[in-house]
Amino acid sequence: MSGKNKSRFGRRAFLRRCAAGASLALLPPASAASAVSCAAPVRGYPASPVILARSERLKIVGGKADGGEISRLLDAAMVRLTGAGNEQEAWRSLFKPSDVVALKLNCLARGIATRPEVTAAIVEGLKSAGVPAHNIVIWERTNRELEDAGYKLAANALGGGLGGARCLGTDAIRGGGYEAEPEMAGEVGSCFSQVLTRLATAVINVPVLKDHDLAGVSGSMKNNYGVIHNPNRYHDNNCDPYVAHLNSVNHLTGKQRLVVCDAITAQCNAGPAFRPEWAWGWGGLLVSRDPVALDAEGARIIEERRREKGLPTLAEAGRPPRWLETAVQMGLGNGGPGAYETVEVG
Amino acid sequence: MSGRDKFDGLIDNWGGGLLTPGVGRRDFLARGCAGLCALPLLGKLGGLPVDAADDAYVREARYYKKLDGLRVECELCPRKCQVADKERGYCGVRENRGGDYKTLVYSRVVALHIDPIEKKPLAHFRPGSQALSLATAGCNIECRFCQNWNISQFRPEQVNASTITPKGMVDIAVERKAPIIAYTYSEPVVFYEYMADVAAEGKRRGVESVMISNGYIQPQPLRDLLPLMDAVKIDLKAFTEKFYDESCSGKLQPVLDTLKILAEAGKWFEIVVLIIPTLNDDPAEVREMARWIHGELGPDVPVHFSRFHPTYKIKNLPPTPISTLERCQAIAAEEGMHYAYCGNVPGHPTESTYCPACGKAVIKRYGYTILENNIADGKCRFCQREIAGVW
Repeated sequence: MSGKNKSRFGRRAFLRRCAAGASLALLPPASAASAVSCAAPVRGYPASPVILARSERLKIVGGKADGGEISRLLDAAMVRLTGAGNEQEAWRSLFKPSDVVALKLNCLARGIATRPEVTAAIVEGLKSAGVPAHNIVIWERTNRELEDAGYKLAANALGGGLGGARCLGTDAIRGGGYEAEPEMAGEVGSCFSQVLTRLATAVINVPVLKDHDLAGVSGSMKNNYGVIHNPNRYHDNNCDPYVAHLNSVNHLTGKQRLVVCDAITAQCNAGPAFRPEWAWGWGGLLVSRDPVALDAEGARIIEERRREKGLPTLAEAGRPPRWLETAVQMGLGNGGPGAYETVEVG
Repeated sequence: MSGRDKFDGLIDNWGGGLLTPGVGRRDFLARGCAGLCALPLLGKLGGLPVDAADDAYVREARYYKKLDGLRVECELCPRKCQVADKERGYCGVRENRGGDYKTLVYSRVVALHIDPIEKKPLAHFRPGSQALSLATAGCNIECRFCQNWNISQFRPEQVNASTITPKGMVDIAVERKAPIIAYTYSEPVVFYEYMADVAAEGKRRGVESVMISNGYIQPQPLRDLLPLMDAVKIDLKAFTEKFYDESCSGKLQPVLDTLKILAEAGKWFEIVVLIIPTLNDDPAEVREMARWIHGELGPDVPVHFSRFHPTYKIKNLPPTPISTLERCQAIAAEEGMHYAYCGNVPGHPTESTYCPACGKAVIKRYGYTILENNIADGKCRFCQREIAGVW
């Protein structure tokens, strides 16, 4: 959709409303109606470096990436991210055996969807922390999107899915899979997937890294448009402040513990659909607990590639990822220049 | 509760195929979608099996232009969404597929019922008639007070649907002896192609069509549609851009433009204004609106001031006091409007139609029921004054 319309309420208004939660009675009725459920202060994501895990040994043969090398990179990233002594401890520091962990993939476009090899590496990591396979949910909006991206739906409780995990779209849930009532988070008012609200105790966001014609960049925070029933409502004004507001909802700030961005193949232009002429092999993963920092780094990578290819900047192209700045101002994470640390592992 | 237990409760059959046809979509009826009793009728009328493949409902959109890089610009509604490949417009029911813009809701019916025409409401169009009323999912604005948000604010694949072709829909109307088909409940502009084809089929077979709409449509598609429509009802949400912006994610001016086109075309239309306490009930605003309607559209356009009930994203406001509706109705009458009504207030005297000349009730109503009709040949039976409408 076009990004012509200005947001009705800016980030300042949202912050003001959240801060004024205790004094809602002072607001005029229309504002109070919108502000009812953002009375609680915004809870940010944990401060975290962004681990850039890539290796020249990561080969893609016949469209499939080397799963063993991906696992090695991911484990190395987890160790560096958590400061644990080994990979098992690293996974255990974030997930416990009683967790139900949902992996939110991005399978919008065949050709640049979360690779099953990356998902499999995460599943194995979780299993090493003692999370039973049947409590791991590989998840997207619809079963169809998952199947299109090469995922097989779980045939039974303990097998059939990737690494024994379950694999399902929100639409596989009885009644359509979304909560019955909308939940408000600033400018966003949506029914959330019951995978997020009822099944999962923890979420791993597993996006891809690509250009987006309205948001500028589609990384981890934009990927959460796939957890609500009405994402088409939130594309005006380059998705600002909607991306930030959506990611401020307690379901996400409270449950999303990790982001593993599949940037084995990334795309610097003409997204979100797959355009092979603009895709390139970045060759690795971005891993962080701070989605704002990770997306800021993703935006930097995309901008760098655009510069190399002689493309205008995202701002010049009319799609600056302004929602990143909004997210920073809301205290969701660290996204400004020098505000987060990057660490390379390989 | 363990994760496995949670799964057992949410998924129909986690041991086998997870998506059970006809069950895995949003059961909006169970949540009391206001005013709709759709699926029982769909079942009885032999709609094709629920949950047909999504692709079965895909048709080329009629109003859009292609842009570079496989992008498109929708030319159906004033939003003019520019949509990249694989993405959808704001309405959620139109999708760019490889540079071609597609409607996803052709023949994809999520609500079907036979209603009295008074329920639309149309007070001056075939009073006492039955209208076969239908909807697909989707809307091109988002009213925070939407009574039918369970279908209007969802994507088509999220709502149970039955397949009914245009011919099939007219067959149903004929079989059920409904002389009118109403496109209603959600927003018919977003299922324009289907509406137009049903209306064309209906016109060939003597079944009239009425569009119940927010009026958020571009002039050209509206003009192209009007020969197929016999009457139109427009929801005028308020008379300020601020309200449209903050409460509807839309704009006022295109709706006013639509009303003027309807008037110029000589099409019968009526206006509904849902009055919401504190948001659009300012007497000065209502007066300004009434003056505009009187001046631009004429005094004979019926205006219904309807009662709000809390729902969707506005639940912290009370139902509209009846006295507020009465004040709005009185203001419109003071400004010279001949037919101003209070709506959603069964039994209220202003549900009835009064002759502007002699003041007698020419149509007495209780709710959606016609108690008395004193119009003959389009005139007041008591004083012979012409009563505007389609009788």
